[in-house]
Amino acid sequence: MYIELKNINKTFGDFKASDDVSFGIEKGKLIGLLGPSGSGKTTILRILAGLEKQDSGDIFIDGKNVNNLPANERGIGFVFQNYALFPFKTVYDNIAYGLKVQKKDKAFIKNRVSELLDLVGLPGLEKRYPDQLSGGQRQRIALARALAPEPELLLLDEPFAAIDAKVRKELRSWLRETIDKVGITSIFVTHDQDEAVEVADEIIITNKGRVEQAGNPVEIYLEPKTPFVAQFIGQSAIIENYGTLKGFTQTDSSNTAVIRPEFIEINKFEDNGVHQYESSMEDGIVDEVLFRGNAFEVKVKLNELYLTGKYDLSAPRLRRGDKVKILIKKLYTISGNQTDILLNKGLDTSDVYYI
Amino acid sequence: MKKEKSKSSAGVGQKILRSGVVSWIIIIAVWWLGSLAYDEYFLPSPTETASSMGTLIQNGVLGADILASFGRILKGWLLAAAVGIPLGLLVGNFKPVRWLVEPVLSFFRFVPAIALTTLFLMWFGVGEESKVALIFYASFFPIFVNTIAGVASVDKSLVEAASSMGAKKLHVFFTVVVPSAVSNIFTGVRLGLSSSITCVVAAEMLVGSDGLGYLINSSKLYYKTGWAFAGIVTLAVIGFAADRLLLVIGKHKLKHFGVK
Ligand SMILES: Nc1ncnc2c1ncn2[C@@H]1O[C@H](COP(=O)(O)OP(=O)(O)OP(=O)(O)O)[C@@H](O)[C@H]1O
Ligand SMILES: [Mg+2]
Repeated sequence: MYIELKNINKTFGDFKASDDVSFGIEKGKLIGLLGPSGSGKTTILRILAGLEKQDSGDIFIDGKNVNNLPANERGIGFVFQNYALFPFKTVYDNIAYGLKVQKKDKAFIKNRVSELLDLVGLPGLEKRYPDQLSGGQRQRIALARALAPEPELLLLDEPFAAIDAKVRKELRSWLRETIDKVGITSIFVTHDQDEAVEVADEIIITNKGRVEQAGNPVEIYLEPKTPFVAQFIGQSAIIENYGTLKGFTQTDSSNTAVIRPEFIEINKFEDNGVHQYESSMEDGIVDEVLFRGNAFEVKVKLNELYLTGKYDLSAPRLRRGDKVKILIKKLYTISGNQTDILLNKGLDTSDVYYI
Repeated sequence: MKKEKSKSSAGVGQKILRSGVVSWIIIIAVWWLGSLAYDEYFLPSPTETASSMGTLIQNGVLGADILASFGRILKGWLLAAAVGIPLGLLVGNFKPVRWLVEPVLSFFRFVPAIALTTLFLMWFGVGEESKVALIFYASFFPIFVNTIAGVASVDKSLVEAASSMGAKKLHVFFTVVVPSAVSNIFTGVRLGLSSSITCVVAAEMLVGSDGLGYLINSSKLYYKTGWAFAGIVTLAVIGFAADRLLLVIGKHKLKHFGVK
């Protein structure tokens, strides 16, 4: 592992901001640090960068313990959430800052700055001041500035938080491309699952100062290791007493389950309609229908439980209050720190047909 | 068409109001009306003030007094900036020192320079030194206090950004902390100038034989109330002009340091 955090602890007052945090990152990977607000994402970045000192635990970069290395000797680039560009310096001088610190000669700096401006797609803005740039442009300059001294590791704290949704989507694929071009190991913090899934090679999920799970997005999505992850990823519904649902029997060890949108199938109720799995379906009422471009997102009420699922655009239109048949194909059961997949029994028995 | 016209004329009206021309016309009118009711020794009219000023300019007294006063102001004020800014930067940058200094500061800020005149006369003599020292005292505090505030309020993430790019503490201090404090320092320097002007008049009224304060004070000896008015007007005009000049230069040269 190129970057390794081992048993990092950090408390502010009596608040545990990092609780036995350990993870490793391979060289060249882009890691998404995902978790709810206050879960300690920024704290991890700051400790890694040397801007905050851990109470205990070790940090290794390329096999070397950097615990006692101050921020200015760690060679880690940091892109701050608020950009932190020097308002009194031009774009040129902002980007050149780290190079001047390294005492590079003028010609080299000039070349490197224009190379970086090309990289971030903003050539010719050398003479501007930060207050003459748009939010997205500032973001890019902040990235160029962090990259200029050729850091070993790049940390980005919610790089797109202050940017509106549309530009944000463009910027995140741009970020992925840019980081790929430079080939630098990077960690970025985000609140946004889509962002993490779309951009990151690997996702680390934090909660209450702990690392809940680390792995590639698909793995996390398909095999959540902790109840928190199962609930946090996707628009999951949490249900107690899932044994009352058709096709499921409560296990001894667990009485809570998570149902994800893609686990359910919603069918419009037809008076004389028949469905293959009729006997495994629940009756529900449509609560909300949202258009999501390639499909509808439908929220249905099943007794006291609300479930969200996808609904085909070409299927008979649904409106609030319509009756629907819901097939729950599977769910995650949760017991303690363990999650398991439980399939609807009605789907297993392929030789039985209910007509 | 009509609408546009009324709109633009309202705009012009606003502009004139805001430029202060109207305010000045009103003040001068009230002054003038008032002066009709009293004699010249009690309240000279604007025209009488202007003619006193003319006389004073012609005989060179006003010019000499302006030079004397502003020479002192410049000395005391520049000295205060030369000491107050570096000291403020140091004190602001080191928290323990700041904690040591701040309580004393907030105490001394309530001791006006004028209250120290007698002491300063005793300590520095009746010559130039005591006056310059008083001006120094008066302008030092605003400069010093604002410089400290500027350093203390530097955006922490700028400092962190600089150190994550490899800059050492001293380098960060000069390239990030000091530039961040410029706008506050500038405010301090401006406030310092206005308190120097206040203070120089007081000092010259108490001791000395030249300067605008002396001119104002001595006018009573000769029953020349017009001179006092001429001195007061000159002070106001020059003070205002100096402050404006400073502001214009600041806005122009220090725009990106946040001077507004
Ligand atoms: N300097 C500090 N002093 C006191 N408490 C702090 C400090 N820094 C962070 N905390 C606390 O530690 C916890 C974790 O903070 P952190 O900033 O790491 O969260 P985060 O996951 O980045 O949250 P967000 O998504 O809102 O940015 C929070 O409860 C926060 O209040
Ligand atoms: Mg944060």
